Amino acid sequence: MAEKVYKSMSFANPHPPFTDGVQKLAAAIGGVGLLLLGLALLNIKQVQNATMLWVSLSLLASGTIIFSARAYLTKSAGIKNDGVWFNNLTNRGLWAWVLGIIITGFYVLLYWFPSLLGLNSDGNTGLVHFFDPLSMALKGEVASQWFVYGTLYTLAILIFGIKFIWKYRHNKYQIVRTISVMFFQLGFAFLIPELLIRLNYPYNDFKNMWPLNYYFFDEWSIKGFLSSGNFGLLMLLFGIAMIFIISPILTYYFGKRWYCSWVCGCGGLAETAGDPFRHLSDKSLKAWQIERWMIHLVLLFAVVMTTGVIFSFLHNNPNGYWMNKGLFVALIAGLCLGTVALFRFIPVFKNGVSKRVNNIISVLGIIIPGIVYINYATGSGNAVFLNFYDLRKTYGFLIGAAFSGVIGVGFYPLMGSRVWCRFGCPMAAILGLQQKFFSRFRITTNGGQCISCGNCSTYCEMGIDVRSYAQKGQNIVRASCVGCGICAAVCPRGVLRLENGSKDIFEKTDDLRTQHIQ
Amino acid sequence: MKIAIIGNGISGITAARWIRKLSDHSIDVISSESDYFFSRTALMYIYMGHMRLKDTQPYEEYFWEKNRINLINEHVSRIDFESKKLEFKSGGEHAYDKLILALGSASNKFGWPGQDLKAVHGLYSLQDLELMEKYSEGLEKAVVVGGGLIGIEMAEMFHSRKIPVTMLVRESSYWNNVLPQDEAEIISQHILDHNIDLRLGGNLEAILDDGTGKVGAVKVKETGERIECGFVGLTAGVHPNVAFLKDSILEIDKGIVVDEYLKTNMEDVYAIGDCAQLASPNPGRRSIEAVWYTGRMMGETVAHSICNNPQKYDPGIWFNSAKFLDIEYQVYGDVPPELPEATQSLFWKSEDNQHSIRLNYHAINKNLTGVNLLGIRFRQEVCEKWIREKTHIEDVLKDICLADFNPEFFRTYEQSLLQQYNHQTGQGIELRSKRSLNQVISFLKS
Repeated sequence: MAEKVYKSMSFANPHPPFTDGVQKLAAAIGGVGLLLLGLALLNIKQVQNATMLWVSLSLLASGTIIFSARAYLTKSAGIKNDGVWFNNLTNRGLWAWVLGIIITGFYVLLYWFPSLLGLNSDGNTGLVHFFDPLSMALKGEVASQWFVYGTLYTLAILIFGIKFIWKYRHNKYQIVRTISVMFFQLGFAFLIPELLIRLNYPYNDFKNMWPLNYYFFDEWSIKGFLSSGNFGLLMLLFGIAMIFIISPILTYYFGKRWYCSWVCGCGGLAETAGDPFRHLSDKSLKAWQIERWMIHLVLLFAVVMTTGVIFSFLHNNPNGYWMNKGLFVALIAGLCLGTVALFRFIPVFKNGVSKRVNNIISVLGIIIPGIVYINYATGSGNAVFLNFYDLRKTYGFLIGAAFSGVIGVGFYPLMGSRVWCRFGCPMAAILGLQQKFFSRFRITTNGGQCISCGNCSTYCEMGIDVRSYAQKGQNIVRASCVGCGICAAVCPRGVLRLENGSKDIFEKTDDLRTQHIQ
Repeated sequence: MKIAIIGNGISGITAARWIRKLSDHSIDVISSESDYFFSRTALMYIYMGHMRLKDTQPYEEYFWEKNRINLINEHVSRIDFESKKLEFKSGGEHAYDKLILALGSASNKFGWPGQDLKAVHGLYSLQDLELMEKYSEGLEKAVVVGGGLIGIEMAEMFHSRKIPVTMLVRESSYWNNVLPQDEAEIISQHILDHNIDLRLGGNLEAILDDGTGKVGAVKVKETGERIECGFVGLTAGVHPNVAFLKDSILEIDKGIVVDEYLKTNMEDVYAIGDCAQLASPNPGRRSIEAVWYTGRMMGETVAHSICNNPQKYDPGIWFNSAKFLDIEYQVYGDVPPELPEATQSLFWKSEDNQHSIRLNYHAINKNLTGVNLLGIRFRQEVCEKWIREKTHIEDVLKDICLADFNPEFFRTYEQSLLQQYNHQTGQGIELRSKRSLNQVISFLKS
């Protein structure tokens, strides 16, 4: 697993004094905060009160913030990657494995054994109980394991967001973007949903859209919206508008970055808490090939699963709604065949993918509506022969929990911070397709200035070999690019710029500016 | 046809890639420096822990096989030009039909006493980096002699490991034999702000032995001061790495003399990159330019010549870039350290001394001749078009937003630059375009 270290680079100063006394003190402060959480997990009675919760969270926050202030504010503004590959924690050393195992373990408990965290319908204990006071204050209910998770998640984005802002304080794009993810996490993902519950509305994170929010079209979710009056209906319509109107428009103007590195919570955690691990993403061609298969298969899985889910509950509500099974089947057929036509006849789409991929799209685009139609015509309760409920459950387990949580975050210290976003997120897949084919966004390469040093590729969290384009003088137009802007920041020659323009939208990658002889 | 390329740096590898694009010739690339091509300019980042050696290699291993570029790790000790044969240090021989010499540079040593002591090194090759790494163990103090690009890189490297470093620079401010005085002063101050001990106007008198054959101190000529140190970096420039060819029939002056087609005096032998010396360089250009970009252009040019499409080498409008600690540097066109006779200069700098723009223009015709930037990124294609088309300085200023290449939300400086021009000349010009990619595309296509 560990990279082979180039032998002669036997790090002369293997323990450079990268931490000073204040930082050690800060680590101790944060450590005490963590210890209190540990004691709560063990259900030690003496710490189970609101004061201790506040003390614990404050210590965690102040420890991290003091540590970061010492790390960055004592130095001049600029790129701060000294010693990244020498550090045990950021070079897949022992500490990286320890951290990876702890986070992975936490996710396993969270998803499948919440009772071990103290979740108990007869009255919480342990870690979940520790958060009851905050939960009561916010929404008037005791905490669940998800409330604990949401609080810690938000706290992580906020405190590591501050660290990130200090680290890149010479770069305003990074500052604005980070304030944005901090805002959306705190407001949209954390406070608003809890307040909605307090006001007796269904839990809703407005920015979390399908297919990342894969239960949006579940029967209970739709029913929840429809039974909550006009505001509920508004939330449902907003969710649908996000998918079909707002998101395509924003992606056209700004690329998928408007979501992935400005708004999304998964991206938010990756950009802040995950930042020290961004260079661990695999840049090989092999990894890119695996990525393209995996992410699009997950998207297919999400689409088929959702189709099945909607199909099956439309059966239960044959009257009273404008949407019925027949119309739905027609809609599916229209979408699928439309996609096929797009890739068959529109040059920019046709030329954007290989022949093989185009054939796969055609086959799927015809088979899927065919299957759905057969199921509809034969009066089957399922859309795709499979039981939708099983399909939905499998998706929730494999993709929703195991991939996005356990692997997605647990493997930060080993595989980099965007494993989920890169290999698994169906939302990223959709936005990526649009970004590649129909968006003004690109990363421009500045003439022939690239020196092939490799900083851009190394620090790309999505594992894009940015240099392979930059050294040709070609713009970078990649479906997976989340527009974090770090490649442009770490470039020592000012070669890369994230920008949007409509004039050359279909020939963004034509220029090869280092080609000297025409 | 069997083509041999000696050297796997940017020049040699670019030549190999283009020969493969243009032909089916057999290609052998010979180097004893490293198995694979790496970015020489990135050596510093390996030492600083930003990247590993493999991260500095632009192509994955499969690339070479796929493109049928045969990499040979051997040291060429002699070339038999008449029978078209290379002799390896290991004893082997290698025949070729055409030969490309891309030998790179070697660090300058000016005969200082003690220059061959242990722990006295330049920084050019991977082996240099390995030695620097080796001697860094337990190192308490380093001295860097020379104030060029490699000098400041070396200082930054030691600084990143918190090893105190003194820079001994002959000039009165950093790199002012290349940078105009204002810029040189900004960088000098920037170096001092990083707590790097910059000694200006100081020459090296001698490097002193610590009694074991290793460096123990250096002596400064002007002051007679002795600076204790465990490592001396010699970064007073580089010269073509041609020593092993000095006694051959190849025509060598400072470098291997080549004509405009990059041909040497020997039939079927070409020289490119740092080791090549142009017999008749373009006006205003040096005969040897040891720069990444020119090496790459030469590699591409020579590939066309070898593949039956002879091309004259024309490096176009000069450009270069660097990074001094936290301040990036870009230059386009002609910006000499001393303002030439018929040239005027508009110089703007930010209040925090971290950003500056210099626009040089012809005093009478008023056309833009050069752009020098610190801490500001400009778009190369736009600057080149302005310079090539002899655009009037006021048109340049009105459209200065087109050149902006800074990250989004970067603070604006355009107004203040224009104000300075108006103040300096008594004109009243105003901006007429905004920062907009669409406008840039229209401009470049116009």
